[in-house]
Amino acid sequence: MIGAFNTEFFIVLGLLVLAIIICLIRVIKGPTAPDRIVGLDTINTIVIVGMVIFGFISGSVIYIDVAIVYALLSFISTLFIAKYLEGGEF
Amino acid sequence: MLSEIVDIIVYIFLAIGVFFILLAGLGLLRFPDVYTRLHAGTKCTTFGSIFLCGSIILLGVKIWFWGNTDGSTLAIHSAAALIAILITNPTGAHALARAAHRSGVKPVGAVIDDLAGKPPRKSQIKKKEDEK
Repeated sequence: MIGAFNTEFFIVLGLLVLAIIICLIRVIKGPTAPDRIVGLDTINTIVIVGMVIFGFISGSVIYIDVAIVYALLSFISTLFIAKYLEGGEF
Repeated sequence: MLSEIVDIIVYIFLAIGVFFILLAGLGLLRFPDVYTRLHAGTKCTTFGSIFLCGSIILLGVKIWFWGNTDGSTLAIHSAAALIAILITNPTGAHALARAAHRSGVKPVGAVIDDLAGKPPRKSQIKKKEDEK
């Protein structure tokens, strides 16, 4: 059962890639720097969800562990970029 | 019978999650402002990821219920990823909104800035006093 080929999950992954492309348009177009960072933050969350779904499809739970670490690292990078935009000290 | 009901619930959850994540992309593209874009891009993805990870957790519980121990590993690790998203996503959005306000981005159509008189940060106040 685990690791079975499910067409519906691949459709879901394709729609997630479509959402990532829409966010990339905002990252490229964004007038100010916070706009681009908002787009990157959204892309990070979508990538985490996609990794969880791909971990189910491929039948290896290691992708979900990678997703957990990716979530924490992207959170730290977002906080650092916010501090940089703010112009404060670390 | 039970397996088919769980499958139908999983498909409904997948549809809701993907719908809200696509709405987040649409909101990022169409809203006029940093703050409204944060509103779309963070809340909608959090809500959608609850449902997408929830469907994987349901599938893991189903597999575990039929006697395969891989299912419990899948469910627990997906729940950990979901908890990580739920903690980090609103915190990051709050930090980004504060950084956008302090870097001088005004909302579209704003007349009065209610937070204009607030002191920026304790370390910056101390730095200004040292410069004086």
